[in-house]
Amino acid sequence: MNRRKFLSAVGSLPLMGTINGVAWAAAPTTAASTPYNNLLVLIELKGANDGLNTVIPFTNPLYAQLRPRLAIARDQVLQLSEQEGLHPALQPLMPLWQNKELAVVQGVGYPNANLSHFRSIEIWDTASKSDEYLDAGWLARVFAQTPAPRQFAADGVVVGSSDMGPLSGLGVRTIALADTAQFLRNAKLAQSGTDERNAALKHILGVENEIVHAASKLNANRVFKTEFPRSAFGNQVRTAAQLVASNAGMATIRLTLSGFDTHAGQLGTQANLLKDLAEGTSALKAALTELNRWDSTLVMTYAEFGRRPKENQSGGTDHGTANAHFVTGGKVVGGIYGQAPQLNRLDGNGNLPFAVDFRSMYATVIDKWWGLNSDKILQGKFAPLDFVKT
Amino acid sequence: MLNKIVLTVAALAIASATNAFAQDAAIGLDGARHLLGRAGFAATSSDIRAFAKLSRAEAADRLVKAAAAATSAIMPPPSWVNDKPPAPAKLQALSQPERQALQRVNVEHAFELREWWFREMLNTPSPLAEKMTLFWHNHFATSQQKVRFTPLVYRQNLLLRRNALGNFGTMLREMGRDPAMLVYLDGANSRKEQPNENFAREVMELFTLGEGHYSEKDIKEAARAFTGWSVDRETGEFMFRRAIHDYGNKTVLGKTGNFDGDQVFDVLLNKPEAAQFITRKLWKEFVSMTPDEREITKLAAMFRDSGYNIAKLMRTMLSSDAFYAPENRAALIKSPVEFVVGTMKTFEIETPNLRPFVLASALLGQNVFAPPNVKGWPGGEAWINTATLLGRKQLLDRLFRNEDRMDVAMRSVDAMAEQNGDVAPPGRDARMRRQMERQMGGIRWNLDKWAKDFGTGVPEMTRVILPMAPMTAVASADNPADIVRQLVVDPAYQLK
Repeated sequence: MNRRKFLSAVGSLPLMGTINGVAWAAAPTTAASTPYNNLLVLIELKGANDGLNTVIPFTNPLYAQLRPRLAIARDQVLQLSEQEGLHPALQPLMPLWQNKELAVVQGVGYPNANLSHFRSIEIWDTASKSDEYLDAGWLARVFAQTPAPRQFAADGVVVGSSDMGPLSGLGVRTIALADTAQFLRNAKLAQSGTDERNAALKHILGVENEIVHAASKLNANRVFKTEFPRSAFGNQVRTAAQLVASNAGMATIRLTLSGFDTHAGQLGTQANLLKDLAEGTSALKAALTELNRWDSTLVMTYAEFGRRPKENQSGGTDHGTANAHFVTGGKVVGGIYGQAPQLNRLDGNGNLPFAVDFRSMYATVIDKWWGLNSDKILQGKFAPLDFVKT
Repeated sequence: MLNKIVLTVAALAIASATNAFAQDAAIGLDGARHLLGRAGFAATSSDIRAFAKLSRAEAADRLVKAAAAATSAIMPPPSWVNDKPPAPAKLQALSQPERQALQRVNVEHAFELREWWFREMLNTPSPLAEKMTLFWHNHFATSQQKVRFTPLVYRQNLLLRRNALGNFGTMLREMGRDPAMLVYLDGANSRKEQPNENFAREVMELFTLGEGHYSEKDIKEAARAFTGWSVDRETGEFMFRRAIHDYGNKTVLGKTGNFDGDQVFDVLLNKPEAAQFITRKLWKEFVSMTPDEREITKLAAMFRDSGYNIAKLMRTMLSSDAFYAPENRAALIKSPVEFVVGTMKTFEIETPNLRPFVLASALLGQNVFAPPNVKGWPGGEAWINTATLLGRKQLLDRLFRNEDRMDVAMRSVDAMAEQNGDVAPPGRDARMRRQMERQMGGIRWNLDKWAKDFGTGVPEMTRVILPMAPMTAVASADNPADIVRQLVVDPAYQLK
């Protein structure tokens, strides 16, 4: 079932969507009433960030024992609480923490963890069970159930990747771009039109129209006072800020920071990546504050899995399970959520038990940030967390 | 009542007369274009003219015969395909850097294997054999990213092409013993004390019956029958491990016996749902995304009665009224492989190095030998989203632009590769980009000459490039190459 086709075919009539055999009636929300004036920014930490060296249980003696080479020295850790502290490279996040706008969620994972990058990110993207294959992304299901207003440039924009991830499927309007100006140039190759000769052609034209529509709404004109980090991720953050500045309407933006698959030589690599993440996030706050959008933005990190507590022979870490993630934004209730790593309860592979199902993170976005109902979308009841101010 | 019956009979008579006429008549230029576009990657104008004179049955017969005869590849494989797997003890002893080096070799081999397959697709005397091999690769989806040792993946490809138009039952039985499959779906380590259900589940859900035609209990029982089907670690060949096989009685889909894997396959193939499932999937690949259940039931019955003769099924399907129905023309979306290989074939683009094109296909969503999961590529409309459509258009734009064509095109592929880090495993991209840049030279292609060969024959040129009239009428141009440029950006170019 393709929402876009309905949009063009039936105008303002309520439209039906079918997901996993469940039919829903859904009408696009209006610009005034839409929940999507609240923006979601997802940051994928691709390759799987090592959560244990990100949010560090520096008082737990097992931490240093498991990581003779990789443990961050206690006096280096940026202390958050009696037990937890951040990696020193995350210094730029500290103002957010002090401002009580940074939520740290520990022990995020799911039952029967799959340790393949490809499969596990698919589980996260589609919010499926470990042994279940779903075609559509979880955000695609959100927008199929409650569409964004038609005048929005898109339901979602994917920056710096051509993989639609949680936005794939169900004909949701998703644009992928690396840079707004470049997208506007390329979009000239698209041609809008309608043709009813067959469904395949209609689909292609629908996508062409999406590109043309988004291009008509976007611009790259805004000049920011904020300085963006000079890195690939910094550019993504700048692009995200440009997108928001276009005032074009979009419910979600997904950024990707790659390179976290640190099987060897983790110390330097991860420090650089975390610095990039923290500086980028800090710049995002500054830019969105300039635009007066920080209070209506929720930023959340995610990754396919965490990494193994015990370091390997190469100064790196292997694929693990539970992980720590960050949520920030003007309406975030700062603090530490979830459960500290249970280093004394590792499984047969030496991996951590999880405490917070990743679908509870999604439920928090759907139920609390957007005020929608996550039950059908997530195929079950997942208790939201309390990190969004209500 | 009587009137109605008479009318119905008359209508049937007329319908069958039309059918008979259509069956005997020559398929014509448009029919030939349609058939060759679906059964192959591209149609040259001389192929179209040759096939236009044939009847539906003759045309299908010619393609299917050639494909059934093409049971092996004509292009020489990479040098390492008969390598033995590293000894388990040696693997255990590898240091982390050595392990990573080995992994890099496997990934590099996978790219060489993809180039080999693309080369075969470009040079094969039977494009249908390649389309069928690709179809079965998607059906028995297996990824090098899990199998790792690439020679096993090559051997599975040989299995697929050997049986691509042969007997489905034979292919299924060989697949059950295929080392790449045994690794991919965890059969290699499945033992009677702890049967692994992965293969047993997928063999029912994805390879034969489809969801809803078996129970969890059937899966558990069938899994026991496949225990002991394993891989010899020294040779990488199939090995039956007697000691871990479960010789007890199993009950699968109501049949009981001390089944082994082959007997489970027999039980599955006996179910009409198996023939229907395969027929429906082939229908969606070759005829239409909208299955016509009446036609499929008929074809499936014939398929099952023939003992699962794939060539016979394909001959019938490719000469059916439904295949040639106007509503089914130009109604399927080209896969990335079809798009990339088809473009190279149509415009006679020659290159000593296929890596950039393999990468382009991967970046557009289809990295052969690395399907996203055991279900394979979802295909159809899922091939086209804003990213992949602009990616396709960008590639075409750079290829067909006037200045510095190939150089720019390859830089564009390169930029796409850069954008999408996940095609190459972490840390490998940079090396691969350098390698690609080094190997860019030597691509030979002359669009002006290609276009001029058509002279003033714009309709003929259009027929070669597009499966239907362009959406946007072509503006006249002095230079024939400019007409080509207009045609390839038309949305219809994405269709077959």
